[in-house]
Order: sequence, then C-alpha cells, then structure tokens
Amino acid sequence: MQKSFDTPKIVTIEKVVDETPTVRTIFFSDEMLSKVLPGQFAMVWIPGINEIPMSVMVSQENGKAAFTVRKHGLATTELFSKKVGDQIGIRGPYGNSFTIKQGNLLLVGGGTGLVPLIRMITFLKKSDNVTLVMGAKTKLEVFFEGLANKLLEGTKHKVIVATEDGSYGEKGLVTDVMTKLFQENKFDAVYTCGPEKMMHKVVQIASENKTHVEASIERMMKCGIGICGSCCFGDVMACKDGTVFDGVTLLANKEFGYTHRSKSGILDNY
Amino acid sequence: MSPDISTRVGQIALERPTMLASGILGISLDVFGRLYKEGAGALVTKSLSKEPWDGYPNPTIIGLKNGYLNAVGLSNPGAPYFAKMLSQNQTIPIIVSLVGSIPEDFTFMIKQFENVKILGYELNLSCPHVEKVGLEVGDDPELVHTIIKSVKKESKVPVLAKVGLGSSDYLETVRTACESGIDGITAINTLRAMAIDVETARPILSHKIGGLSGPPIKPVAVRCVYEISSKFDIPVIGCGGISSWEDAVEFLLAGASAVQIGSAVGEKWTGVFSEINNGISKYMEKKNYGKISEMVGIAKKF
Repeated sequence: MQKSFDTPKIVTIEKVVDETPTVRTIFFSDEMLSKVLPGQFAMVWIPGINEIPMSVMVSQENGKAAFTVRKHGLATTELFSKKVGDQIGIRGPYGNSFTIKQGNLLLVGGGTGLVPLIRMITFLKKSDNVTLVMGAKTKLEVFFEGLANKLLEGTKHKVIVATEDGSYGEKGLVTDVMTKLFQENKFDAVYTCGPEKMMHKVVQIASENKTHVEASIERMMKCGIGICGSCCFGDVMACKDGTVFDGVTLLANKEFGYTHRSKSGILDNY
Repeated sequence: MSPDISTRVGQIALERPTMLASGILGISLDVFGRLYKEGAGALVTKSLSKEPWDGYPNPTIIGLKNGYLNAVGLSNPGAPYFAKMLSQNQTIPIIVSLVGSIPEDFTFMIKQFENVKILGYELNLSCPHVEKVGLEVGDDPELVHTIIKSVKKESKVPVLAKVGLGSSDYLETVRTACESGIDGITAINTLRAMAIDVETARPILSHKIGGLSGPPIKPVAVRCVYEISSKFDIPVIGCGGISSWEDAVEFLLAGASAVQIGSAVGEKWTGVFSEINNGISKYMEKKNYGKISEMVGIAKKF
C-alpha cells in the first residue's frame, strides 16, 4: 500500500459503540485505513499518553475506519474512554495480511483478536463456507456475534460461540470446539488471532490435521516500522515480517506460544 | 575476478563493509544471525547499560517526509543479560555498544563480556536524547578521557567511539578519544531534532526532543567523516543516512573504512545490506579497484 510517510495523522472520533462493558469500537474517517487488508495494523497515538498498535476493524461505511479496544492498561483505557469529537493520531497501515484462500474456511478468535477475522470475512467470496468460532470467558464478554452473522448473511456459514463458564453458547475453549469440528469436517484453511496460548493450540490442531493455518501474532511494539527491534520474535519482526505467519513458520519459532519480550527486551514466559 | 569487498577498521577485520548501526533491531542473537546471513559485515548491538532500561513511552519513533525522528530512550535488556545471550555465539561478528555515565559503568559491563566472542566495543558518546549519558558524556573531554582510558585497560578487543554533534566541538571529542588510545571512530549519531503536530500543537515524541536520522543527515555525516579522517590518523566508520550503494561509496571516498546502516533497514528491510554490498562491488569493478582500501579517502586528494 502506498503511503507518503509515517508521521501521525490526527483524526476525530465520530462514533463510539459499546461492545461489552470493557470493549468499545471507535469510528473515524480515513480513506487509507478504510481499505486495509485483514491483519494489517496502525500505530494509534493517544496524545499525552502513549502510542499503541491496533488491528484495523471494519466500519461498514465508505471512507471510515475503526478500532476495537479492550480497556486493560493505561493506553487502552485512555483510548477506551475517548468520546465523539476527541482526537487521536494514526499512522500506517503496517504489516502483512492473511492470505485469502477459498472454500471451507475456519476462523478461530478470542477477544479483540476477532478484529482481523471480522475484517477477513469482508474479503471472502459468497461461495465460501465460513465457520467462525469465537471465545470468551463469560456471556457478558461475547461481542461481534451479531455483526459476524450480518456480514455472512446469504452465505453458507456458522458462527459458534464458546464461553469458558458455559454461560452462553458451547461450554469450553475455542480449541475444544475446533477439535470437534475437525472430527466431522475438512477445512481448506484456518485463520486465528487471540491470546498466544490459544493460537498455539489452534496452529497445532490445524497442523495435526494437515490444514493450512495462519495466525496474527502480537508483540511489544514501539516503532511499528522495522527499526527498533522491540517486537522481535525469533529471527523475525512482528511489525515488518508479520504480523501474520503460517503454521510451519510458527511451529519452527521456539518463542511461539512460550515467550515474549518486555519493554527492555528481556524474554518473559507467557 | 570480482573485487574483494572485505575491509579493516584498525584491528577489526570485516568480510563486508556494511554494518548494522547501533539501536536498530539489535536485540537478539537470532536477529543478528539473520542479518549476518543477509549480508551485514558486522552487527552493532543496541547500546547496553548496566541495568535493563525500558526506554521512553511511545511515540518513540516516527517517520518524517524525509528521514526519521526517534527518542527511544536507549531501551535495552542490560549488559549482564545480553552477555549471557551472546555467550552462545561462535560465528557472528558482533560489536557491543555500551552506554554509561562514569568509567565504572563501562568497566563493569566489559567484565560481563570477558568470555564472550565479540569483535569489539563501540562506546556511545553521542545519543542525543538521554540525560547524563551519550552526548552529555561526549561533550565532556575529561570524562571521555577517563572512560576510554579505563575501558582500554579492561578490554581485550578493539574499542571504537561513536561521536555526534553536541554542544562542544566534536573534533575535540575525537582528539581526546585519539589521545586516550581509542582504536576507531564511528561518525555520526542522530542530530538533535523535534517535530510538533500542528493540529494538537503537541510535540509528537513523548520525550519531545529526539534524534534525526536518515537521508537528511547524510551530507553532515559525510562532512564529519571527511574532517575526522583528514585531521587524525584513526580508522573511521561512516554512519548517517546511508540507503544506497552510492551513499556508501561516498562515505568510503570521504575516508571511512566501513559504513553502518540504520534507518534504511526500516525503509528497505533486511535486503539492504546485500543490495549495497553488490553495488559497491560493481562500482569497484567498473573503477578497477581490487580492494576497499584503495578507495578509502581518495576524495581528499582534491
């Protein structure tokens, strides 16, 4: 994608949608980000606070883009608290994207990791058969189910929700659902994004079933443009070589599913 | 026969003249291995401190219309951690960059690397955006002298000093470094700079002031390499805005024995080293140079 430079561009928040008590989607106008490929991200500047990488969400409106944020640390809580009329800075898009395959496709996501998968749906063909498995701890934390069904309307599809406490949908983890699905179905490709332990399991299951799999990984990120090295993941950089990697590459990376780096660059265990 | 692009920076022998500049990607042995395979002649680590540093909050690096602005804040996992990681290294040519405020900081860190296979050290006397280290040290001749003296006493490998443009005459820093026994000079670091967002009226970097790198600083860096190599009998490594083989050759002609590449890695990614190596090789063939040393500093004869 062509972009002139990497200086933050200020945009104004036009709409805020509550997804759950801790998750919101914020909408703004930006031609470039409205068109990004699924898995690509932007660096989002919350002036005076921090700048963080965010996967670009679908806006369903021409020329508009969105981010879905869960309040967690200082920066995400500030972004979550932004109101209509507030300003944020954006630069990007950065990173690669999911390879778009056709046929029987399985999408497995958890939490805000659903964002690139929802975006993925908008790039698929009407003839594809999509199964989306989405995980949450409990019913209150389930979001995007309605949106996914709406975006997949008129196609052969299934949206399956799994909650850890069984308060909604199937009881258990998305990977439990995935194992069951593989007993009865063959998939042409699996795409996943969410907590790394979850993705690790998804990649293992898909690989055991000899199915092409891709995951979008997350690392501590500072520059987003392949300079600082903070998001180093084995011998690759999440920002520039990723964030999407295929299963073969991931299973050969000894850090996948086990370790990530701190702000200083020290390897910590997940 | 294709030209020999190996080079020497004093006692440091390099298979290829393009090195990874400090601060860029240099955080893990796996990455060093990859960049070496992809053509870098040596890898300079991020500047290491005695203890781990988190660096500043973001924004720490932004791109400009031309070049980059950064105030990362010297984030690094600390010398002891890094030395342990590098202890498995056998084959990768690594230069360890060190940052500190007093001689004891540096000697402590050098002790950590006693049994680690490295090519040498590069003392960061020029980071423009962290207090009490970098440029603030480089601007103090007395401190430069005592630090280099103590480092040279402890180190079993060559020691380079990376200089930049601070508040004092950088050539005086070079003079002091040479008189204190330094083995080579890397010039230059980023230049103190800033950017303000006009919509919010805020400085963009969280640290407000940072360092400018990339193509805009290249002519300044070429001038410094030319001046240093003209005035002192010391090997020089050129650094600042190199993103093509023409840029690299320009530094060699100005008097550099090797070059470091930083911002261009962000622009062109890891293939930048072999691209520049190949360009240098073709240039040498065309101009009939058999060795890098034949072209080092020849612009000075005019």
